[in-house]
Amino acid sequence: MTMLDTLADPFIQYAFMKRALAACVVLSLGGAPLGVFMMLRRMTLVGDAMSHAILPGVAAAFLVAGLSVWPMTLGGLAAGLGAALIAVALTRYTHIKEDAAFTLLFLLSLAGGVTLVSLKASSVDLLHLLFGNILAIDRDSLILITGASCLSLFALAVLYRRLVIECFDPVFMESTSRKAGWTRFVFFGLLMVNLVAAFQALGTLLALGLMILPAIAARFWTRNIDTLMPLSVLVAAASSVTGLLLSYYVKMPSGPAIVMTAGIFGVISALTGRYGSVAAYRLRRC
Amino acid sequence: MSALVTLDNVSVTYGRHVALQDVSGSFEPGSLTAVAGPNGAGKSTLLKVIAGAIKPSQGRVSVCKTCMRRTAYLPQINAIQRDFPITVMQAVCTGFWPDTRSFGAITSAMRDRARAALAAVGLAGFEKRQIGGLSGGQFQRMLFARVIVQDARVILLDEPFTAVDAATTAKLIQIVLDWHREGRTIVCVLHDLLLIRKYFPESFVLSGNCLGSGHTHELFEQKLLSFDLDMAELLEPEGTPPPVHEHDCGHDHA
Repeated sequence: MTMLDTLADPFIQYAFMKRALAACVVLSLGGAPLGVFMMLRRMTLVGDAMSHAILPGVAAAFLVAGLSVWPMTLGGLAAGLGAALIAVALTRYTHIKEDAAFTLLFLLSLAGGVTLVSLKASSVDLLHLLFGNILAIDRDSLILITGASCLSLFALAVLYRRLVIECFDPVFMESTSRKAGWTRFVFFGLLMVNLVAAFQALGTLLALGLMILPAIAARFWTRNIDTLMPLSVLVAAASSVTGLLLSYYVKMPSGPAIVMTAGIFGVISALTGRYGSVAAYRLRRC
Repeated sequence: MSALVTLDNVSVTYGRHVALQDVSGSFEPGSLTAVAGPNGAGKSTLLKVIAGAIKPSQGRVSVCKTCMRRTAYLPQINAIQRDFPITVMQAVCTGFWPDTRSFGAITSAMRDRARAALAAVGLAGFEKRQIGGLSGGQFQRMLFARVIVQDARVILLDEPFTAVDAATTAKLIQIVLDWHREGRTIVCVLHDLLLIRKYFPESFVLSGNCLGSGHTHELFEQKLLSFDLDMAELLEPEGTPPPVHEHDCGHDHA
């Protein structure tokens, strides 16, 4: 068996591996560029909190309709939106800062969601909601993921320049566009849609993994935002393929294997990357 | 002469913190005004309100209609991500946003204007550099280049000479004076009273509320601007009523 056979066989032989690969690559296409903007806006931890905040809505939908894609999607979106509004209100009307408000909601949502699921479900169901099951992706989930990615790519194509300028210098954007605030709402909406789509594959705890980790890894290899976007997609796709192969050959759980691979790419990049890495600093000092 | 920018009892609050309280005043066409006051006096907030980046919680800001889209705002250097992954040329070209919006192309003529602006601030040859590699002074000059390409009638500068060496300050002051000669209206937040007295004919003194405005030398005579005065003393503790001063900043500067 050649190396190519080893790499391709699982995806040729098994339909569930094909579907998992398709889901991951499509998620990477839409999610990784959003991850770049989240990283540049310094809101990675807020994104992490939001990915957990969807759990109570998903859990409530699960209690009502079981493991059904569309009710869980709607429940997740509603819970995420509600949590974001509460976080904004807490920040505006109390003395706590944004990070504290999101941490409060993140822990509350996680505990509440797990409690809700435990009312009815088995530990297997709970694991499914928390960590997803990418190998069990069905047609509906694939449609949802594809729809979310298409929407993200379209919106990013339309808003790209606006988002870049707003990220670089928000006050400049607000002073030159009287309705600049809606860009943030659209971006936040895209984030929520992608988190809910990624939840189908990676669960609420790992949903952000394919968005943020590739962006962090890519940042060590390029200093230009125009190349940062495709590079992050490439890292996300490579993490997906590598993670799925690891799960197939080494019998690792697939979702954690994908996110762990992306994380390892991030650590390797932080050590050896061309810009801002440990190696780059050492080279500069020599 | 009618004012380009008029503030009418403008108040701004951040949550429970009052940044500006009942500020009134106006900026005449072609004026060069320094905004002075202690830290936390609301100087940056005043510029953001004029720029339209913040909506006042009370009162009204009027900017002449033809200037609305032709207002340039130079933020404090720490309000911008210095390590953002774009080149100097890309950063300067963001100044064309009001013209290009999302889909308009950056034309070669625009690139030439950007290059000329960079040359004017002494950054010729820096076009392809990453902004993260610029020093504080170079970064500030790059922001000036962006203001130049905006070709604005109203220019708002928020502490443009902070963390900038004397030589760069002199160069940037010259650019500001050139804008003034061209008849542009300039409002500039400054801490340096020497610079204010030397270069800025008009001043606007803030300390949460407006303490006074008008000709700079008159404000020095009234001791509202003074080298002996500790500007920090001007700031009243939160919750105390604003001090009453004889000078009403809502007067006509013409």
